[in-house]
Amino acid sequence: MMDATPRDFKKFTRKSLPRVEALAQGHRACQGCGEILALRMALKAMGKNIIVASATGCMEIVTSSYPQTAWEVPWIHVAFENAAAVASGIEAGRKALMRKGRLRKQRTTIVAMAGDGGTADIGIQALSGALERGHDFVYICLDNEAYMNTGIQRSSATPYGAMTTTSPPGKLSIGQHTWKKNVPAIAAAHGIPYVATASPAYYLDLMNKAKKAAMIKGPAYLHLYSPCPTGWRLAPERAVEISRLAVRTNIFPLYEVVDGQYILTKKIKKPKPVEEYLKLQGRFRHLDKKTIQEIQDRVDREYEALVQKAAVAEAEEESTEEAEK
Amino acid sequence: MPKRVGIEVSLAASEAACAADVDVIAADPVTPQTHIVEHLSELVADGELDAEFMPVESEHSAMSACIGAAAAGARTFTATSAPGLALMHEIVFIAPSLRTPIVMVVANRALSGPISIWNDHSDIMAERDCGWIQTFAENGQEVFDLIIHAFRVAEDPEVLLPVIVNMDGFTLSHVIEPIEMLSASEVSEYLKPYNPQMVLDPREPITMGPVGVPEMYTEARYQAESVLNGSKKVIVKAWKEFAKLYGRSYKPIETYRTEGAEVVLMTMGSVTETAMTAVDRMREKGIEVGLMRFRLWRPFPVQEFRRAVKGIKALAVVDRAISFGAQGGPVCSKVKSALYGAPDQPQVFGFISGLGGRDITVEMFEEIVKKAIRYATKGKGPMYELIGVRER
Ligand SMILES: Cc1ncc(C[n+]2csc(CCOP(=O)(O)OP(=O)(O)O)c2C)c(N)n1
Ligand code: SF4
Ligand SMILES: [Mg+2]
Repeated sequence: MMDATPRDFKKFTRKSLPRVEALAQGHRACQGCGEILALRMALKAMGKNIIVASATGCMEIVTSSYPQTAWEVPWIHVAFENAAAVASGIEAGRKALMRKGRLRKQRTTIVAMAGDGGTADIGIQALSGALERGHDFVYICLDNEAYMNTGIQRSSATPYGAMTTTSPPGKLSIGQHTWKKNVPAIAAAHGIPYVATASPAYYLDLMNKAKKAAMIKGPAYLHLYSPCPTGWRLAPERAVEISRLAVRTNIFPLYEVVDGQYILTKKIKKPKPVEEYLKLQGRFRHLDKKTIQEIQDRVDREYEALVQKAAVAEAEEESTEEAEK
Repeated sequence: MPKRVGIEVSLAASEAACAADVDVIAADPVTPQTHIVEHLSELVADGELDAEFMPVESEHSAMSACIGAAAAGARTFTATSAPGLALMHEIVFIAPSLRTPIVMVVANRALSGPISIWNDHSDIMAERDCGWIQTFAENGQEVFDLIIHAFRVAEDPEVLLPVIVNMDGFTLSHVIEPIEMLSASEVSEYLKPYNPQMVLDPREPITMGPVGVPEMYTEARYQAESVLNGSKKVIVKAWKEFAKLYGRSYKPIETYRTEGAEVVLMTMGSVTETAMTAVDRMREKGIEVGLMRFRLWRPFPVQEFRRAVKGIKALAVVDRAISFGAQGGPVCSKVKSALYGAPDQPQVFGFISGLGGRDITVEMFEEIVKKAIRYATKGKGPMYELIGVRER
C-alpha cells in the first residue's frame, strides 16, 4: 500500500471483500453489538498494516481483558479522552524514526478509535488538536449514542428524546432534551481532507470509505453508526435493520466531505417516517406524538440543509465553469 | 573537552535534550517552563535537532502523545510546570505502567489557588507516587547532567521507566549560569541510541494497555513497584559511569559539612545553595550544623538515607509544599517514615517555607536551625511549622 494515493483507489465489491481480520473471534461484546460490527468492517477495509490507539469504552473493554486479547494488529489503550493524542504521538514518532533512518520507510495506517463519549465529549479537545496539527491518521468515532461502557449514560451525541440512565424521562423530562451534536461537521470545520459517515447496514459503502480514509494523506475522520442493542433496548437481531432504517429515515444520512466539499453518498428519495425507526427501540418508547413530530421536523430540516450544502457546492462549480467559457 | 558557557538554565535543559538527540518533543507552554520548549522548537526549526516538535493543545495531550511516540520506539521528551503537570496527572500514572521511557523536566511551580507562577514544590509533590523515577537538580550543571542521565536510566532494558528531572522555576530555570555543555557526540559515548524492547509494529503485533482484571491488577502494580525500587542500582551505576566519562559525580543523597553536626538541614533543589551559605556562616559562629539534600527522590534511597543520618542528633527538614490536613510537609513525612524503626534515630523537626515564590533567605535557614537546636535540647518541638507567615 506504500504511497498509494486516492487515485489508485479501487472499490471493494461484493465479490472482492477483504478476508483479513484485525479482530479475532471470541471477544466479549454483547450479542448483536453493532459497534463491534462497524469496527470490524472498518478494520477489514484498512488491512493489517495498521497501528490502533483506542480510547476507553466498550470496544476497549471487550477486546483486551489481560491475559487475553482480540487484537491481531498492534494496539494500545491509554485513557478515555486521548486516543487522538496517542495516535498523533505514534505517527510523529514513526515519522522521526523513518527520517532518521532507524525505521524502514513504509506507510502504515495509524488509527485512533473512540466511542461517541470519547469523541464528542471528553475527547473533543484532543481530537481537535490532532486534526489541526494535520497528522496522517484515521480517527474512527463509533457512535452508539451514549456511554455504554459505564451503563448507558447520556452523551452529547445522544439523540433528542432518548432515555438513558442520566437522561431519564420523568414528570418534568422527556428524556434527553438536547439535540445530537454534529461531530462530523466539527471535524470538517478543521479543513481536513476527508470526513465521512457510514452505517454497517451499507457495508460496502462503509468499507470503501474506511479504505479511502486510510489512503488519504493527512487526517481523516470516520463517523460510524454503531447500534447498541443493550443500551437502546433493541432486539439483538435487529442491529443491521436499525442501521438501515437510520439511513432510510434520514436520521443518519450517509455522506463524505472531501476537501470541504459535501457529497451525499446515498440519496434517499422517499424517506420513511422517523416513527418507524423510533418504535423499534425501548429508549424512545415513552415519546408522545408531539415529540415524535418535533423529531420528524428537525430531521427533515437537517437533511434539507445537508442536501443544500451538497447541492450548493455543485451549483457553484457549474457557474464557475460558465464564467470560464 | 566540553566548553563551559554562560547560559540560561532553561536553554541548557533544551540543549541537553538536543544532545540526547531526542526524536519527539510534545509540549505545551506554561510558565516557567516556556523557555525550554521555545528553545527546542528553535533548535528543530534551525535543523540543529532532527525531531518532531509537537505543539500540542494541552499537557494532557502532551503526555498522551509522548506515550504514543515512546510506544512507537521514539526517544521522547517533554517539559511542564504545575498547572500542566496537574492536567497531565491521569496520564502521568499510565506512562510507567506501559514502560514508556519518557523524560520530563518539571520547572517546579506552585499549584493554584490562588494562581501563582512562582516556585515551590507543590506540583511535583502531588505526583510523588506516580511511579516515575524522580531527581532534583540544584544548579544548571545538574539540570544538564541529570537530563542526559535520565535518558540513560529510563531506556535501560532493566528499567524502562519514565524519569522526571525537577528544577526550580525561575530561581533556577531563568538564571544564567556557567555550564559545561556536552555535545551530541560527547554524549553518544554515554547514551547509545534507544533500542526499544517492545514497540507498536505491524510486523510483530502486541497489545499494550489492556484491561487489568482483579486477578491481574495486583501483579501489574507489584511489577511497577519492584522495577522502580530495583532501578536504584541502575541509577547509581549510571552516575558512576557519568563521573568516569565527564568528571562530575553524583549520588542519591548529597551531604555538606555534616561531620560532627548536631543539627542537619534537609533540603531539595536550588535553595540548597542558600542553605550552604547559612551553614558556612553558622559554622563560623561555632554552631555545629550541616546540610543534606535528596538528589534522588523516587525511588526513595532509604538505605543511603539511614546511613547518612547515623550519629546525627536532629534533622530540620525544609519542605516547599504542604500536605494539607496531614500536619506537615511531604518530605518531612517521608523522612519520618523512613526512619521509623531504625536504630539511633535523630529527632526530626519539620519546617515549611518558600511557598509560591516566597524567598527563603540565609537568615531564615539560621532561624530554622536555631529552632531545631532548641527543640532538640528540649527533646520536643511542634509537629511542624510554617516559617515566615505574616499573621496580618
Ligand atoms: C477521565 C475518565 N472519565 C470517565 C471515565 C469512565 N468512562 C469510561 S468509558 C466511558 C464511556 C464511554 O462511552 P463512549 O465513548 O461513548 O464509548 P462506548 O462505551 O459507548 O462504546 C466512561 C464515562 C474514564 N474512564 N475516564
Ligand atoms: S453495551 Fe452496546 S456497544 Fe457495548 S458491547 Fe454491548 S451492545 Fe456493544
Ligand atoms: Mg458510546
